[in-house]
Amino acid sequence: MISVNKLCVKVGDFELKDISFEVPEGHYAVLMGKTGSGKTTILETICGLKKVLSGTICLHGKLATHTRPAEREIGYVPQDGVLFHTMTVRDNLSFALELRKWSKQKIDERVEELATLLGITGLLNRTPFGLSGGETQRISLGRALAAKPAILCLDEPLSALDEDTRGEMCTLLSDVQRLTGVTTLHITHNISESDRLGDIKFLIEGGVLKSLTSKVREKRSDLTGKVSQETSSPSDSSTQVKVD
Amino acid sequence: MTEQKAEEPLNSLKSRSDLPFYTIFIAISTIYVLLIVAMLSAETTYTTPDHIWAAFAKPEIRYAIWLSLVSCAITTVLSLWVSVPIGYLMSRHNFWGKVFIDAILDIPIVLPPLVIGLCLLILFQVELPQIEWLNEMVASESGANVSKEIAVAKTQSIDDLIRKVTKLIFGKPIGVTYEIPSVILAQFMVACAFAVRTMRVTFDQIGPRYEQVAMTLGCNRGQAFWRVVFPQAYRGLLAAGTLAWARALGEFGPILIFSGATRMKTEVLPTTVFLELTVGNIEGAVAASLIMVVSALFVLVIARMFGLTRAVI
Repeated sequence: MISVNKLCVKVGDFELKDISFEVPEGHYAVLMGKTGSGKTTILETICGLKKVLSGTICLHGKLATHTRPAEREIGYVPQDGVLFHTMTVRDNLSFALELRKWSKQKIDERVEELATLLGITGLLNRTPFGLSGGETQRISLGRALAAKPAILCLDEPLSALDEDTRGEMCTLLSDVQRLTGVTTLHITHNISESDRLGDIKFLIEGGVLKSLTSKVREKRSDLTGKVSQETSSPSDSSTQVKVD
Repeated sequence: MTEQKAEEPLNSLKSRSDLPFYTIFIAISTIYVLLIVAMLSAETTYTTPDHIWAAFAKPEIRYAIWLSLVSCAITTVLSLWVSVPIGYLMSRHNFWGKVFIDAILDIPIVLPPLVIGLCLLILFQVELPQIEWLNEMVASESGANVSKEIAVAKTQSIDDLIRKVTKLIFGKPIGVTYEIPSVILAQFMVACAFAVRTMRVTFDQIGPRYEQVAMTLGCNRGQAFWRVVFPQAYRGLLAAGTLAWARALGEFGPILIFSGATRMKTEVLPTTVFLELTVGNIEGAVAASLIMVVSALFVLVIARMFGLTRAVI
């Protein structure tokens, strides 16, 4: 569970005030907003990468406002993957496990399991140089999930992908979330993505975070119209309606 | 079918030919490149190999080569050790007075080398206030260990203090001024400033995202640095090391003032060139400078080769 209450964060001249929302255990939440609206700041604050001025963050029912990033048990997938280039794909996947001092056998089993789940078995022994955007994001997702975190934070993971790969990744994210039951917070500015994946949707606009729904997927069809209306996006019938 | 007509300008604006622009730029570039090549060719063809081998046989020049290589190696290692933390802190953190610290770090680069030597010389002659407990300890310990009590002066410079302490520890006084350590320190003061600058740019280019991801995966700051950022900085380290080594090898002004030009003691290759020239032995000067030219080219080629292969991957 992620519970954010009256959060205030300041990064340079940019400031966010009184941000409150909650993502219940095992749900897939999508946070939408224009570029520069502060959605990445919120995600990074939850991950412990930005200092909190005031307010609280509760993770899995425990207060974690000032807990160090390492102790939050959050899997973080940044926008462009940010794979460790000096390591092989296998080492990227086993990075968190080696830090937790897992045995070599258990690490190997877990890496194989992740590689099969994400369809990257053939890439394990190569370095990340020259990988495609989709492969990079799969590995980044695998690295974040390796230590079985209770929470997964995705920062626009599909924004740099082409349409086909994006569709595949959406299916993969949905499957992974269903299989692992990990509480997920996904940031995007793409309505089709949020529509396809999100149980819960939030919109941040003008420094104010609104909950677009607290209902689950059945109501999704009603929401598309609502989101379009609220964000004043063009009523494009394609799936590529962007907020900004 | 109409024949293709000569191209006509699409509007009334007629732009002049690019030829004069490229002619001037290429001419200027060529003159400079030729000057470098001519300079090096002139030196390499000035003497016969026999003269050069004869110069190498001189023990003074052999000593200078040895001291240059050893002192440059130590300076490079020291510079890397210092430049990595400074470069990282300056790249990643904002703190009060950062602009001021940044300016201080650039001082050795902009200051005339001779002035650095003079500053160092004066620094080590600054009289320290007496430290009673240290004096007492030195006096009693030296009485027991070296069987001769070290005199405690009423006033002492930093250099005196270092001599006393090293005598206490090693049984032999090791000073800084006009000794080998001064050569390394003089090289280090300048070389390190260049290494710091290089490492800072390196860490700027790597960006903080890698550490952030590593920290969410379970690393503390130190682990994130050593496991993720430092391995990625190897090209910057190589560049900083190469630059520091090359600067250290060519350092002359500060060494002349701070270390003197004593043969078989504080003589490095640039000092040899200077000393041989002053006695009119041009072959000796050329031989010493050729070693520096070859070493510089060798380092340059290695750095380039390594850089290029990595860029291709």
